[in-house]
Amino acid sequence: MILWSTIVLALAAIRRNAGRSLLTALGVVIGVGSVIAMVNLGQAAGQQVTANIQAMGPNLLFVRPGMTAAAGGTRGESIPFKPEDVEAIATGVEGVVVAPGATTTTTVAYGNLNATTTITGTTNEYFEVRNLEVAAGRAFEEREIANGAPVCILGQTVVTNVYASKEPLGTTLRISATSCQVIGVLASKGSNMGQDQDDTIVMPMRAVQRRLTGKKDIATIYVSALEDGTSARVKADIIAMLRERRALREEEADDFDVRDMAEVAATLESTSATMTALLGAIAAVSLLVGGIGIMNIMLVSVTERTREIGVRLAIGARAREILLQFLVEAVVLSVFGGLVGVTLGIVGTWIMVTQLGMPFVVSTQMVLAAFGVSAAVGVVFGYLPARKAARLDPIAALRHE
Amino acid sequence: MTAPVTLLTETAPLIQLEGVHRIYGEGDSTVRALDGVDLEIGRGEFVMVMGSSGSGKSTCMNLLGCLDTPSAGTYRFLGVDVGQLSRDSLALLRRHYLGFVFQSFNLLARTSAVENVELPLVYRGTGARKRREAAIRALDLVGLGARLEHTPAQLSGGQQQRVAIARAIVTEPMVLFADEPTGNLDTETTHEVMELLRGLNRDRGITIAMVTHEDELTKFASRVVTFRDGKVLSDVRKEPPA
Repeated sequence: MILWSTIVLALAAIRRNAGRSLLTALGVVIGVGSVIAMVNLGQAAGQQVTANIQAMGPNLLFVRPGMTAAAGGTRGESIPFKPEDVEAIATGVEGVVVAPGATTTTTVAYGNLNATTTITGTTNEYFEVRNLEVAAGRAFEEREIANGAPVCILGQTVVTNVYASKEPLGTTLRISATSCQVIGVLASKGSNMGQDQDDTIVMPMRAVQRRLTGKKDIATIYVSALEDGTSARVKADIIAMLRERRALREEEADDFDVRDMAEVAATLESTSATMTALLGAIAAVSLLVGGIGIMNIMLVSVTERTREIGVRLAIGARAREILLQFLVEAVVLSVFGGLVGVTLGIVGTWIMVTQLGMPFVVSTQMVLAAFGVSAAVGVVFGYLPARKAARLDPIAALRHE
Repeated sequence: MTAPVTLLTETAPLIQLEGVHRIYGEGDSTVRALDGVDLEIGRGEFVMVMGSSGSGKSTCMNLLGCLDTPSAGTYRFLGVDVGQLSRDSLALLRRHYLGFVFQSFNLLARTSAVENVELPLVYRGTGARKRREAAIRALDLVGLGARLEHTPAQLSGGQQQRVAIARAIVTEPMVLFADEPTGNLDTETTHEVMELLRGLNRDRGITIAMVTHEDELTKFASRVVTFRDGKVLSDVRKEPPA
């Protein structure tokens, strides 16, 4: 008997028991569906992380003064950077754009509205390094940078919170105890990893140091490697230079921290890949349970259809043909379950990513693998019941009540 | 489709049992269901097998139908020693030469009459169209040409048994084995089914071996074999009806 007519027979048998067949396949539906949804969701999350880092500037490095071990086992913050350090990196390290960052968090007010936001004191290089765009108004003039003029450029969230629907350009904003002229507005960057990137004000560095913090400290140095793939080299150069400038001895640890976003991206991507694999593995367990469900129902079905098997044997079916029939039934069932599961999984992924605002990704390999695995589940878990059917004695089977 | 057992000689005696024993179980619980049976059935006979329950008649039918093999002695079907055949060879023998009708019809539920009748041809590898044609012919022959698409649940007992008979003869078997085919039927339908079997025997030359315990049915047979305690008690041939 050819395979095709066996498949036709199996389909006929499944159609005769449509309701039960659906329930039988349900385990595989859920198993395949959850594997597909989990893996697709994991990949979507991974892509989002990559996209976020891309938006932040993939060649970006943050240089921060680190923590040092102090007496008594406590840890203290090490020496902050000076403007000379920024200058040294800009001139001493090849192929970089460097911007200082003196930051403080304070209250700003205009009219009867106020808000608390982060102020970054820096130079025009900051816009390039951080991938920011002045959407309205202008960037700083050289003179304003040099003098630490009280001018500021606002992020979109600050505009919304403090100006409501009013025009901010040319107005005087109150920042802490200082008055500050608004000369520009930044283009919106949206939120990134839960942080509102538009909740910010940019000012000349000296303005922040003199008027707001009262210190000459630089909290962060932002460095952007101009060429892709050079961030590791840039990082090494910066470390070498800063160790020398801070006169660290050979055996002393760095008292500053250079964070390479390319490195962070790689770490996050590998984390999300691990999470995806983990979720997929958990979902795969439910696929296994689905397979056991198929085996269970197929065993019941063999018992129920013992007489039918007896008739088939009597009219001349060979053991292998009975085996094939039940095996094909199990495979058809589980592949059908796989088909429905893939569909539900993709729909589920779509619903979840839309809710979470993530990109919609469907992994073709995963879909194909799910089909392969569900067919394999049918073969593996269908074999035992099919063998049981094929081994029946025709006389006993015909007498079965 | 080539013949499954190449040793078969179509000119040899159809069925030959020689000193056949069939023993179930081992040791103390041994049951000698058949205890030295010699029996020969020729082409075109309509044999009725009778006997009380436990007499060995069902065991004998199972052996004759190649569903079982003898513990001792030989059973030759068309000259071939059935006891030497593998399970699969027995299946092929049944597929190509034998037909079965059961007391409880044993039709596939929720499956149309015509699909039930097609089933044996599926295992023969007959193409779908030829299968359908042959099944319709067989159903016409048993008088159910108008009920092709009915499922067993939509048919009466007599009609179900006719579908079962159509299923048994659709392969044009040499021998038809019927195990109490009228056991679940009332007197009137019993008569109809018996007439049908007699017609198949007389007009189409199908050899029939049938188990029954209804004495009044022996009038349809050309020969009555009675079993008792695993042995043939009597073997009566009747004159062919005039």
